[in-house]
Amino acid sequence: MTQPVLEIRNLNVEYGLGEQAVRAVRDVNLTLHRGEVLGLAGESGSGKSTLAYGLTRLLAPPGVITGGQVVYHPEKGDPYDVLGLSDRELRSFRWAETAIVFQGAMNSLNPVHKISTQLTDVLRAHEPTMSEHSRNARAREMLKLVGISPDRMDAYPHQLSGGMRQRVMIGMALILQPQVVIMDEPTTALDVVMQRQILGQLIELRERLGFSVIFITHDLSLLVEFSNRIAIMYGGRIVEEAPAGSIYRDALHPYSKGLLGSFPALRGPRRELTGIPGSPPDLKGMPTGCSFHPRCPKAFDPCAGNIPVLGRPGTPDGSARTVACWLHPTEQPVG
Amino acid sequence: MKYFLQRLAFYLFTAWAAITLNFFIPRMIPGDPVQALVTKYQGQLSSKAIESLYVLFGLDKEAGIWDEYVSYWKQLLSGDLGLSFTFFPTPVSEIISESLPWTLLLVGITTVISFFLGTGLGVLAGWRRGSWTDGLLPVTTFLSSVPYFWLGIIAIYLLTGPDSFFPSSGGFDSGLVPAWDQYFVPSAIQHSLLPALTILISSVSGWILSMRNMMVTVSSEDYITVAHAKGLSDRRVALSYAARNALLPNVSGFALSLGFIVGGTLLVEIVFSYPGVGFALFQALGASDYPLMQGVFLIITISVLVANLLADIAYLLLDPRTRKEG
Repeated sequence: MTQPVLEIRNLNVEYGLGEQAVRAVRDVNLTLHRGEVLGLAGESGSGKSTLAYGLTRLLAPPGVITGGQVVYHPEKGDPYDVLGLSDRELRSFRWAETAIVFQGAMNSLNPVHKISTQLTDVLRAHEPTMSEHSRNARAREMLKLVGISPDRMDAYPHQLSGGMRQRVMIGMALILQPQVVIMDEPTTALDVVMQRQILGQLIELRERLGFSVIFITHDLSLLVEFSNRIAIMYGGRIVEEAPAGSIYRDALHPYSKGLLGSFPALRGPRRELTGIPGSPPDLKGMPTGCSFHPRCPKAFDPCAGNIPVLGRPGTPDGSARTVACWLHPTEQPVG
Repeated sequence: MKYFLQRLAFYLFTAWAAITLNFFIPRMIPGDPVQALVTKYQGQLSSKAIESLYVLFGLDKEAGIWDEYVSYWKQLLSGDLGLSFTFFPTPVSEIISESLPWTLLLVGITTVISFFLGTGLGVLAGWRRGSWTDGLLPVTTFLSSVPYFWLGIIAIYLLTGPDSFFPSSGGFDSGLVPAWDQYFVPSAIQHSLLPALTILISSVSGWILSMRNMMVTVSSEDYITVAHAKGLSDRRVALSYAARNALLPNVSGFALSLGFIVGGTLLVEIVFSYPGVGFALFQALGASDYPLMQGVFLIITISVLVANLLADIAYLLLDPRTRKEG
């Protein structure tokens, strides 16, 4: 594998403080490598968005990071911990190194400012020496890159369709040529045709510009198609992480299997769709042991008692994947 | 532009309707201004004089309601609002033009100051919520629920007196003649301080509260998170993203309050015996002075309509979504 660009180490995020706190992200270890698309999947409330907000320190109160490190490896220079940056350093880190495309395509743009103002104010903040002319030129270039005619520069957000707005957001995310782009369910507000078009375009841009993507969604079928590796989250923990193909063909964790079984394949023999029985766990009162065991069809003795550790399974491709499940006792724990 | 013309036509129609109502309402009220005047002069008027008074007020029985309505419009368009009979025979237009500047200056300036001060503090309180500024909220809620005339009475009771700097009533020292000179202007300012403070204190809280609440609402919008994620400075996110959007409802509130400048502070003017439009209306009410009442209502109506038009224009400028294409 290539160089890591972002390493999440033992990240913990809680909402609220003290006894009442809800642990939304628990001991997450995840590495994003240079140039790859890492998919992050899970049900609603599994902590995937919280993880994204946590690693960019955008959590709204009462969200707090209670532990861990987010180590960023810049293109040049030494790696540093994002969680230790001062406010000023954090401001210049944001967008320039890690940009985010948010869930709500409709509300991500400020309704009272023109597209051009919103594209150029990033440049104004990060590259104050840039002339107004070159700022505008850069903004035009970004619009062209995402397939929007540059004469839409003077449009207001309400004059654009949902798909166009999301493409403007993608253009905006790439304007400073960041190393990492986090996509938090970027296409949930769009119809399926627009979804494919935008994701296809994004993957093409990634090949051209070479950034890495963390792609968060609950739509595992999209991930299988567009990402290199997939991490599955459940109850705030990562339960399985493997190359996209391995997850699709041969998921090890029963929860991953459940997710895969809940959408139809386009080709291949017909099979019955099976959902996952039960509902996502209450983060306030997590089950003991493996948090999935009350819903797991394969639960057995150790599941209720002990939390399985994320580690390499004993399968032939075990060196490239990790899983946290008592069905696949780990040979060498990681983290 | 088309939108603007539509609004303008709408306001002209409203003005017509208001003026027409203004014509009919006093005629539907039982009682008769001439009788009131006859009582005032305690029977010293001859029957001929009474007859001519009826004609003067446009109340002569011979003329039909339609003719009266037409002549009312003719008079109105030539700026003639009739004669007041509290201050008989001074024309109403003269009384209004004397009292209007007092009200406009006192209430106008305080309304503008109150809006800017309140909105500014509201932005701060909304953006820094959870800090010490939250302690202001109970105070502002209390103050915004206090009627201003009551605050005025308290202020007069506590702050004025024979030795006090603050005069308790009037618009200027009784020995002075209104003129732009070094005696009159300071005296007028000194007299306006207490009523101005009264209005300011009770109205600023409303602006603070509404602006703060809008800031809190807007702060949870996605585009605010995006703005933070873009690494913009806190100041820019607060002003250009949050406050700029939170301001919109406050601006229309402001334009509406401009409309109430003329009539809205009647009670403050009464409490301070301030020589403004409200005080004139109060005197007119006491004396069943229909021409003066009509004149004051007309001015209030027109100023509310103009303020509404201003609000529409301000909205067009501030919110691109209200601008129609083409």
